[in-house]
Amino acid sequence: MTSLDHAAAHSQARKGRLLATPAGLYIVLFFIVPLLIILAYSFATRTATGRTELSGWNLESYDKLFTGLVMRTVWRSFWMAAVTTVMCLIVAYPFAYYLATRAAKVRNVLLVLVMIPFWTNGLIRIFAIRFMLGSDGPISQASESLGFGEFRILFTPTAVVLGMLYSFLTFMILPLYVAIERMDWKLVEAARDLYADGFTAFRKVTLPLTKSGIIAGSILVFVPSFGSYVVPEILGGAKTLLLGSYIARQFGQARNFPFGAALSVVLIVAMLIAVVINQRTEASEL
Amino acid sequence: MSQTLRTGKWIDRFLRLNAWLIFAFFYIPIFVLVIFSFNGSSRVTVWGGFSTRWYPAVFENQQILSALKNSLIVAGISTVVSTILGTSVAIAIDRYRFKGRKALDGAIYLPVIIPDVTMAVMMLAFFAQVFRLIDSFGPRFQLGIYTIAISHIAFNISFVAVVVKARLGQLDPSLEEAARDLYASGWLAFRRVTLPLILPGVLAGALLALALSLDDVVISGFVNGSGGTTLPVYVFGAIRRGVSPELNAISTLMLLASTVLVLTSLFLQRDPKSKQP
Amino acid sequence: MKYRFVAGLSAMVIVAAACGGGDSESSGGAAECEVGETDGDLAFYNWTDYMAPELLEQFEEEYGVKVEYTQYDSNEQMLAQVDAGGAIYDLVVPSDYMLDTMIQEELVMPLNFDAIPNAKNIASEWQSPPFDPENKYHVAYQWGTTGIGISIDALEAMGNPEPTWGFIFDPELSSQIPGGVSMLDDSNEAFAAALKYLGYSIDEVMTSGNEEAIREAGELLKQTTPNLVKFDSVTFGDDLVNGEVGAAHGWSGGFALSFLEADAYDRDVYVIPKEGGVRWVDTMAIPANAAHPCTAHTMINFLTDAENGGALTNYIYYASPNEAATPFILPEILEDPGIYPPPEVMAQLEFVPQAGELQLLMQDLFSEAKG
Repeated sequence: MTSLDHAAAHSQARKGRLLATPAGLYIVLFFIVPLLIILAYSFATRTATGRTELSGWNLESYDKLFTGLVMRTVWRSFWMAAVTTVMCLIVAYPFAYYLATRAAKVRNVLLVLVMIPFWTNGLIRIFAIRFMLGSDGPISQASESLGFGEFRILFTPTAVVLGMLYSFLTFMILPLYVAIERMDWKLVEAARDLYADGFTAFRKVTLPLTKSGIIAGSILVFVPSFGSYVVPEILGGAKTLLLGSYIARQFGQARNFPFGAALSVVLIVAMLIAVVINQRTEASEL
Repeated sequence: MSQTLRTGKWIDRFLRLNAWLIFAFFYIPIFVLVIFSFNGSSRVTVWGGFSTRWYPAVFENQQILSALKNSLIVAGISTVVSTILGTSVAIAIDRYRFKGRKALDGAIYLPVIIPDVTMAVMMLAFFAQVFRLIDSFGPRFQLGIYTIAISHIAFNISFVAVVVKARLGQLDPSLEEAARDLYASGWLAFRRVTLPLILPGVLAGALLALALSLDDVVISGFVNGSGGTTLPVYVFGAIRRGVSPELNAISTLMLLASTVLVLTSLFLQRDPKSKQP
Repeated sequence: MKYRFVAGLSAMVIVAAACGGGDSESSGGAAECEVGETDGDLAFYNWTDYMAPELLEQFEEEYGVKVEYTQYDSNEQMLAQVDAGGAIYDLVVPSDYMLDTMIQEELVMPLNFDAIPNAKNIASEWQSPPFDPENKYHVAYQWGTTGIGISIDALEAMGNPEPTWGFIFDPELSSQIPGGVSMLDDSNEAFAAALKYLGYSIDEVMTSGNEEAIREAGELLKQTTPNLVKFDSVTFGDDLVNGEVGAAHGWSGGFALSFLEADAYDRDVYVIPKEGGVRWVDTMAIPANAAHPCTAHTMINFLTDAENGGALTNYIYYASPNEAATPFILPEILEDPGIYPPPEVMAQLEFVPQAGELQLLMQDLFSEAKG
C-alpha cells in the first residue's frame, strides 16, 4: 500500500466516523443503554411491597419463566402468531401472484390500494375491527336480521387472530409480491412444458423460486404477532393473555419489574434468533 | 411478458375472487367506520340519520386538541432529527470504511426488529433510572412529550437508515466517481450528484418516520407521564372506554390524514423517467 | 475502541443508577400553602371517568392554572407510575387500602389542613378511618360499593334467585346467564368477591395473614376464568347495557351512570350479593414528590366545597362523603339504593384492608388466574 492510498483510506475512515458518530452515539445512549438497564432489571430484587431494588442480584425472575403460566402464555403467543402467519401466507400468496401477473397499469392501481390501509393508523384499523365485531355492531345486526342470531366473537382468541391478520397481512403481501414479480418467468414456462400438470410445475419451480419472499413475509408477520400488545388489549378483553400484554402488565398492575424485564430479555433473544435464521437462509440462497 | 403466462381459467377465477375478498377485508371495516361517523344518533351502532354533528365536537374537545398538538410536535421533532441522523449514518455505512462499521450496521437493525412492548419497557426503565440519577444532583425531570420524542428518534433513525441504505445500494457508484473527478471536492460531488440521487430515499425515509411516530401508541403510552398524551394514546384510552360516535369521527379524520400521507409518498417516490413506481 | 466506549458508558450509567436507587424520597412535613394558593399547573391523576369535566374547567378559570388530567384503571397501575414510573403527579386518588400502602412507603405527603378549610365538610363517619387513623394524609373523595350488575332477563332465566356471588363463581348459575359474565380487572376486588363467595370475612383473612384462604380464592378465580367473557374495570357498565355481557362484576356508580345514559333501568339492575359485598372509599392525596403541592391543596379544597361536591356526585353517580354537599345532590341519586344502600345492606359490607405481603401474593395469583 502506498502512502497516498494509506492517507486516502485514513481520510475515508475519518469522514465515515464523522458521519456515523451522531447516530451511533444516539443509538448507544438511547437504545443500547436502555437494553442493558432492562438486562440489569431482570436480575434485580423485588421487595415485599413490590418495589424494584437494583441490588442483591439474583436469578429469581428467570426461575419464574419455567412456571406453567409463563410456558402456557409463551406457547399461546407462539401458537396464535403461527396461525396468523400461516393464514396470512395462505391468502397473501395467491393475492401477490394475482398482483404480479396483472398488466403494469392495473398493477400500479392495485398496489396503491394495498398501500393505503398499510399506511393508515394501526390503532384506527383495530378500532374498525372492534366496531365491526361488537355484539350490537354491524355484523351482528346483519346476522340478526337474517335470522342467524347474535354474532359473538369479540373478546375471544378468534377475534385476536382476526385483528392480527388485519394488521399484518400487508407485511406478507409485499415481500411475496416482490419475490413473485422478480421471478424468472421463463423458468416457469419451461416447467409447464416439462411437467404434465400445473400444480407440479408450481410446486417444483414457482414455490422454490419465491422462497425468500415466503420467509421474509413470515418473519415480518410472526415477529409483531408474537409480541403483540394493542390487538389483544382491544379485541381480547384482557382474557386472551399474550406475551406482549403479559410484559406490559408486569410494569403496571402486577408491579413486578424484574420479572417483566426477564420476559423482555427472552422476547428479544427470540427475535434475534428469528432474524439470524432469516439471514442464514438468505445467505445460503446466494 | 408475465401476463402471457398460461393459467387455467378456474385458477384465474380463484385468484380474482381471492383478490376481491382481500380488498373487501381491507376496506369494508374502514368504510363502515367512516359511514357511522356521520351517524346522527348518540347510540353508536344504531343508525339515526345523516349528521356531521360529531365533527365539531371533536374540534371542541380540549383533550383531543392538546393530544393532537403533542402528536404533531413529537412527530415533527422526531422526523427531522431521525432523518438527518439516519441519512448520515446510512451514507457512512454504505460509502466509507471505518472501524466499528460492521457493529454499527448490525446495531442499526435492532430497533427495527424489537417489539414495541419491549422497547417501551426499556425506555421506561431507562428514564426512571436517569431521572433518579439526575435527581440526586438537584434538578428534577419527569416524563413528558420530550421523552416520547427521544424514544421515537431512537427507533426512527434505524428505519430512515434502512430505507436510505436500500436506495444507496441501487445507485451506480461510477456516477459518483465521475462526479468526484468533475467537481474535485467530495462535498460538491455529494451535493450535486449523490444527494439528488438519494433524495427520493431520504424523503421516503422521512415519511416512514413521520407515519411511525404518528402511529405509535405503545411506547408513547409508557413514557408520556402527565400531560404528554399523544393522539394515539388518547384514542387507545377512548377505545378502552368503549365505542362512541366521536371516536368514529376522530378515526375518520386520522384516516383522511394518513391517506393524504400515502398519496404524497407515492407521488414523491415516483420515478419520473419510467412509468413504473 | 467503540466497544470499549459502549461498555464503559453503560457500566457507568448502571452503577450510577444503582447508587441513585438507594435514595429515598424526602419525607418532609406538610407543604406551606395558603388557602387558594397556586404554585403552577396541576398534574391530576385520577380513575377513568371519575370527574365532572365542568369542575376542572371551572377550577382552571377560577385560579388561572391549567389542569393536566390523566386517568388510570387500577390502584396498582397508579402506584407503579407514582413509585417508579418517572412521572410526577400533584394529586392522586388512591382507594382506602392503597392509601395505606402509600403512607407506609412514604409516597404521599402529610396534608396542610389550614389550606383545606372545606375538609370539615366530610361526614364524621369518614374521618379518621383505619387506613389513616390520624387523618393526616387524605381527604375522602367518593365512596361506593362493589357488586354485580345483571340484566333482568338473566335473573328471570335463573328463576329470580337471591343475588349471590355465585352468578360469577358457580358454573351452574353463570352458564344460565345469556351473554356471559365479566369481572373487574382488579386483583383486590376479584379476591374480595371470591373470598366472600367462599364464606370468609375479608378483614379477618387479611389481618390474620391467612395465606391458605387467599390460595383457595386464587384457585377459584383460576377455575372461573374460562367461563368469563372478559376482565374489565372501565366499560363494565356499558358492556352490560349494550348486551356485550349478561352480568358484570363492577362498581355501583359505574352501573348507575351507564343505566342512566342508556335509559336501561328497566332492563338491568345492580345488586349486592347476599354473602355480603365490598365497600370502599377513594381518597385525595398528594404524592411526596409533587411539584405543585399548593395547587393540589387548593384543588382538594375546591372539590370538597359543598356545591362542587354535589356537582361531582351528580355527574359521576358515586356516593359523596361530603355531608355539606347533600342538599346539592339530586334526590334521585340520594334515593337510589344502588348508590346509597339501605342500612341493613350497609351492615353486610366490608372494607378490604391493606394486606401487606398478601397483597403481592394476590397480585401474582390474579395474574396467574387471568392467564
